Amino acid sequence: MNKTATDIANPVLDIQKIRADFPLLEREMNGKPIVFLDSAASSQKPRQVIEAMDEYYRQQHANVHRGVYQLSQEATDAFERARELVRAFINAPTDKEIIFTRGTTEGINLVASSFGRQFLREGDEVIVSHLEHHSNIVPWQLICEQQGASLRVIPVTESGEFDMAAFRELLSDRTKIVAVNHVSNALGTVNPVEEIIREAHARDIPVLLDGAQAIPHMKVDVQELDVDFYAFSGHKMLGPTGIGILYGKSKWLEAMPPYHGGGEMIHTVSFEKTTYAELPHKFEAGTPDIAGAVGLGAAVEYMMEIGPDVIGQHEHSLLEYATAQLLEIEGLKIYGTADNKAGVISFLVEDIHPYDLGTLLDKQGIAVRTGHHCAQPLMDRYGIPGTVRASFAVYNNREDVDKLVAGVKRAVNMLR
Amino acid sequence: MTINEIQDEIIGEFAFFDDWMDKYEYIIELGKDLPLINEQYKTEDHLIKGCQSLVWLHADEKDGKVQFTADSDAIITKGLIALMIRVLSDQEPADIAAADLYFINKIGLQEHLSPTRANGLLSMVKQMKMYGLALQARN
Repeated sequence: MNKTATDIANPVLDIQKIRADFPLLEREMNGKPIVFLDSAASSQKPRQVIEAMDEYYRQQHANVHRGVYQLSQEATDAFERARELVRAFINAPTDKEIIFTRGTTEGINLVASSFGRQFLREGDEVIVSHLEHHSNIVPWQLICEQQGASLRVIPVTESGEFDMAAFRELLSDRTKIVAVNHVSNALGTVNPVEEIIREAHARDIPVLLDGAQAIPHMKVDVQELDVDFYAFSGHKMLGPTGIGILYGKSKWLEAMPPYHGGGEMIHTVSFEKTTYAELPHKFEAGTPDIAGAVGLGAAVEYMMEIGPDVIGQHEHSLLEYATAQLLEIEGLKIYGTADNKAGVISFLVEDIHPYDLGTLLDKQGIAVRTGHHCAQPLMDRYGIPGTVRASFAVYNNREDVDKLVAGVKRAVNMLR
Repeated sequence: MTINEIQDEIIGEFAFFDDWMDKYEYIIELGKDLPLINEQYKTEDHLIKGCQSLVWLHADEKDGKVQFTADSDAIITKGLIALMIRVLSDQEPADIAAADLYFINKIGLQEHLSPTRANGLLSMVKQMKMYGLALQARN
């Protein structure tokens, strides 16, 4: 199912055909055809995903892993098929290591809580970075506080990259886990996670990657990365909201206590002693989001069909095009200037407030994100209240970029 | 003028605009013209923190009427503040506390008062009314 080198060399992307798959792109916003440039917050959904979920509810729904009747078996098959699709998509060794969650946030909370209770002790340290989304800061703060451990932070350079020398100095015998993002949501930096993992593993320290912003835009191979935990969300990768994935190596997942208690995650229950189910069910208490999983499976198939590398190349060409166009606007400054970036541009124009720019773009039918992007420590690092962020997905085209650039110019003229 | 007379006047002014961008052009001008808040009041205890923009609000009482001054770091928020001040400043505390601010819906700018906007404006309006209530109680 993997795309070959030939496909990568000739990324033929029929953008018109792809756009036609996304019903929402047909609508207007404030009387203008919508220009959707906020996919880093949440992507739009192709009809294949919407139809798969619709079909599931119409024809296949029953609770999973329970009934002896045919319908329940069909629902279970659909749910487990989605797990297998995800496994293949990230090349995990076994689907026991694919845990359905509600999203990246829940995946990180699961690891912080379960790994933390088992392995974090007084005086221990957890390493995160200054580039993290709040969802990869706060769960660690909570567990550190509970266990008497502390958080250490990898500083970032002016260009928005990890200070790797500082990272090496932070690594110590007290470090119990390193948790960083693969791609920064606020700046788009693709972080040197291979190096992080290699250096951490040299000291037997596991690494969690927040993959929310990476998985929609590039091929992720968890075995090649040799990463210990990889968390991501369905809704940022063309799938539905409310479903996500935590990949974890069995050796860690086996050693960690359950996160939530309830049905599905048990083997036997008595008031004296409860034994837990095997992986992955041990971490999937209660009735899961079955339709969400089916939708996520359809999203994975959709992305595989195009090819993650082709998607990444398309977005990268939009990024380069947009960067060049935007930089022609006088006074515009891009935040995050690393060489290796995914399809995100964060910018400000002189001292114009992002709220003002975002409001005027909205009125021109252009959806961008404004504010601190749930990365307040990073905004503080740059001494700014926030940025305007345009982010690209597979369905965006150059016309979207042209409209953004024209929209920013018009807004800036009004605000100056 | 009463609070409602001023509101109706603003609604009349905005009726001339049929394009969103023209409307915002006007709001931005209002924002630029908003009299500056005295620097001594741009402090933490006058600050209303929105997630997207910040608002500073100060109230004074003069001859039984409340005088508001305010500022924001975002110019559109400032323009909307200018409208709020035009409606609520120099009014009796009881009238401020009881005011029904219908003009914001009529001119189509209610989205800026939505909690999801988190620009500090909704909290500012609540704060203005609180001042009205507090001064009414004191008098």
